[in-house]
Amino acid sequence: MSETSNITELKNVLEVALLTSHEPLLLDDMLRLFAEKMERATLRMLLDELKQDWAERTMELVQVASGYRFQARPQYADFLARLNPERQAKYSRAVMETLAIIAYRQPVTRGDIEEIRGVAVNPNVMRQLQERDWIDVVGQREVPGRPSLYATTKHFLDDLNLRSLSELPPMEDFTQQEIPI
Amino acid sequence: MIALLGAVAGDCVQLLSSVISSYNNLMFPTLEIKVKGETLGELPQDLYIPPDALEVYLEAFEGPLDLLLYLIRKHNLDILDIPMADLTRQYMQYVEKMRAIKLELAGDYLLMSAMLIEIKSRMLLPKPVEIAEENDPRAELVRRLMEYEAIKLAAQRLDEMDKVGDGLYVASAYYQHISQVMPPEVTLDDLAEAWRNVLKRASHFKHHKVGRSELSVREHMSIILRQLKDARMLEFTQLFDVKNDGIPKLVVCFLAILELCREGLLRITQQQAFSPIYVQIAADIKS
Repeated sequence: MSETSNITELKNVLEVALLTSHEPLLLDDMLRLFAEKMERATLRMLLDELKQDWAERTMELVQVASGYRFQARPQYADFLARLNPERQAKYSRAVMETLAIIAYRQPVTRGDIEEIRGVAVNPNVMRQLQERDWIDVVGQREVPGRPSLYATTKHFLDDLNLRSLSELPPMEDFTQQEIPI
Repeated sequence: MIALLGAVAGDCVQLLSSVISSYNNLMFPTLEIKVKGETLGELPQDLYIPPDALEVYLEAFEGPLDLLLYLIRKHNLDILDIPMADLTRQYMQYVEKMRAIKLELAGDYLLMSAMLIEIKSRMLLPKPVEIAEENDPRAELVRRLMEYEAIKLAAQRLDEMDKVGDGLYVASAYYQHISQVMPPEVTLDDLAEAWRNVLKRASHFKHHKVGRSELSVREHMSIILRQLKDARMLEFTQLFDVKNDGIPKLVVCFLAILELCREGLLRITQQQAFSPIYVQIAADIKS
């Protein structure tokens, strides 16, 4: 087998694995695809090539927090949305603000969230975010009552197409002009 | 209208009445205001808000910080221009009215009112010269307002971002996952050994039975298939009721199993020598 066709075959294996996987694949997952030992650098090179191969196609190979995945290019989103006309219900402002506080200030307790929003945290809000697997408890703060510390999950980053929290829009973008005293 | 805001705002009731009047002016500029049938020429300064209506307005805001932010940013409200005497009187009336209804919801707003009153009070008190440079009591409120404002905008941005299933579509090509575990083969000796065990156990429950029964291998084949249809998989020995069935019936049962196996309807497996032998319907394995 010539070197070129060999590389094509390796890329095909990666492609079929990525397309059929229900979750993003990590480099370690993909290394397991090959019986013979493969260097991570080689794998990265193959993924880069695969990305190039798909450059003109409808799907793109992207990297998110949990690994690599194929996803539809944004210009097709409007068409695909028509397949499922019952759009996902919007989260309330309370849910989104709570999520924003956890995303930008994590790890935080319910008390921290209440302090910033100025209102009591509705348990339902936390439940919705936990059911979506966007937040979870990462520990307890060592103060009386040992309140739970909440943080965002990898799944949250995956769902928002992010590799890490540092890819969130910077908080400075949202700071408005000083309120005059 | 903004002048009115400046004049009456401060206490949460008054903050709300400001919002309501600005909202009313905006939405219904020529609306007549009627109270118990009497038309009012202008909004009263101490506009009373029925608790039900208050609830509606409170729900439009995410809390007192949100409301205060709205008044400051949209209406240039000076948070310290508070008529103290009016405010306190209304405040107490309001607490009375709200005691039974939605006090939980109003609590956050009352807390904010109390905080504003505290700030105002501290501003009014003369300060000794040497600590005149002390922290402005308003600074903490301003810090909180601005922090909340940033979070509020961040939440809006997060809400607008594409999410998987909502503007973001992930590939998931179909792939039939085939189990890598192959069932082990069973030799005739294993089956014979298992059969001897059945007989051995049956001998412990021997009965003296009088009479004769017609035993049909075919009937037992159906019985076994039905058993397996429900249970999907049974241990070989479970197919034999050694306590109640006599040896003739057990033999017929065994013959039925062999016959079913010969016809390819059953699959008999064993993990390793002397381990339990399992019987299942062959079609179940394929599908």
